[in-house]
Amino acid sequence: MDILNALVVFLNFVFVPGLAYGAQLALGALGVTLIYGILRFSNFAHGDTMALGTMVTILFTWWFQSMGISFGVLPTALLALPIGIAVTALFVLGTDRVVYRFYRKQKAAPVILVMVSLGVMFVMNGIVRLIIGVDDQNFVDGSRFVIAAGDFREMTGLAEGLAIKTTQVVTVVTALVVMGLLFWFLQKTRTGKSMRAFSDNEDLALLSGINPDRVVAVTWIIAAALATIAGVLYGLDKSFRPFVYFQLLLPIFAAAIVGGLGSPLGAIAGGFLIAFSEVMVTYAWKKVVTYLVPESMAPEGLLQLMGTDYKFAVSFAILILVLIFMPTGLFKGKSV
Amino acid sequence: MAEPFLIGEAMTGGYGGADILHACTIAVEKGQIAVIVGPNGAGKSTAMKAVFGMLRLRAGHVKLAGEDITALSPQARVAKGMGFVPQTHNIFTSMTVEENLEMGAFIRTDDFSDTLAQVYDLFPILKQKRLQPAGELSGGQRQQVAVGRALMTRPKVLMLDEPTAGVSPIVMDELFDRIIEVARTGISILMVEQNARQALEIADKGYVLVQGANRFTDTGKALLADPEVRRSFLGG
Repeated sequence: MDILNALVVFLNFVFVPGLAYGAQLALGALGVTLIYGILRFSNFAHGDTMALGTMVTILFTWWFQSMGISFGVLPTALLALPIGIAVTALFVLGTDRVVYRFYRKQKAAPVILVMVSLGVMFVMNGIVRLIIGVDDQNFVDGSRFVIAAGDFREMTGLAEGLAIKTTQVVTVVTALVVMGLLFWFLQKTRTGKSMRAFSDNEDLALLSGINPDRVVAVTWIIAAALATIAGVLYGLDKSFRPFVYFQLLLPIFAAAIVGGLGSPLGAIAGGFLIAFSEVMVTYAWKKVVTYLVPESMAPEGLLQLMGTDYKFAVSFAILILVLIFMPTGLFKGKSV
Repeated sequence: MAEPFLIGEAMTGGYGGADILHACTIAVEKGQIAVIVGPNGAGKSTAMKAVFGMLRLRAGHVKLAGEDITALSPQARVAKGMGFVPQTHNIFTSMTVEENLEMGAFIRTDDFSDTLAQVYDLFPILKQKRLQPAGELSGGQRQQVAVGRALMTRPKVLMLDEPTAGVSPIVMDELFDRIIEVARTGISILMVEQNARQALEIADKGYVLVQGANRFTDTGKALLADPEVRRSFLGG
């Protein structure tokens, strides 16, 4: 029995990657939940908004790198991130003006807006692929590890190593800062409160003189920023491939719905819940268990519940269970 | 006689299809309480919404302090000094009491802390519960939040659509007391009420509507004394 080594393996392969992935999903789900709460539809284009923002950030990162600009130990992409956010915000504001506003003026049913967002998704999808292609793009630089597995072994004398990547730390820290700012904005500022009021009771908000156009515009800008940040962090942590971002739509929606659509706190909880479920169900527990049980009982199989290829089945299963048994989610959002 | 402070004159119109209001006239004098009563489906709420600009009038007009405001949107009327408390969904349930009141003052750019203090003086329970989400309050307290929210713009006219719907008789009496207090500060009150008898008791002016038209119009006392009104609308 070797509890310490088991713990290190668990941290290294489950907890740390799950934490980073959860932070990425949470940021994505926050965008989805804001759009749902205020514009009142499920935005299927959110995954591709992430891809677009990430693509713009990558292009500027490459440009910065070619000019020799770097951010020391941190990835250069963080310097390009504000530009990515600005371009994406302009893009979604343009989309709103050209597409969504027309349907909003007609007071179109939410399901129509969902279909509209599907169309927007395909267009964004095409734009991203035309510009950057369908292949994997790597844009990470800066130092690779905060703690490398070898150093950790040397430091502690344990058999197992714990590696913490710079991108994982960047992801978690950025996510915390962004969430903190978002909550401060929604709870304390006049504009943030007016957004919550609009989400809570649109008619009464209009009656109180809250300008709907302004609320909608600010919502799009925040959603674009959240999507771009989530996309860039995911791309840094793993890699950027447009198709993967499209697929991320499922765990992100699962996170938003599990948490309760329209509830920002729920989106964060949902993001981590989905991420940890995915990682834990698809992780082969053999090593951890081997450390924990007497040698004679060491397992022969991998102790993996599901292959990683099936990871989306996990979000899908959770999504269905929640919709059946708890349609408003953990934090009492709006029912779908 | 001078023109009333707020008057919807000979209003005719509906929500699109057939007319609901037929040359209906509703008015309220400065600092007075006017009550609209009538049977179900008489168009009481519709008449009030028409005065507030929530439906398009085919004929007639609405005047506030002598100015014709028929063409203005409800939001523009709020800016002109009209406050409206809808019958349902009249608070932000997920926001605290204080945030509800702040949202009421959204169009104000000046410091509204004195108005906030006045509302808390009028409804002391709200001060006590100011950091609690409004959705967690009792029915009567919610109505106080709703009225408080509308008062935050410092309106000259306050319009209440069935403020006592769904509250207990004791709470109802208290709400009526508060409404009288509001009227004493010089704010005109226009109110639709299901509880016709109690409402007419505090009314300076009463309007009995039937099928979207004025049937009886008189002071609250006179209507209560009128045998025909009593027999037809007040249950004897």
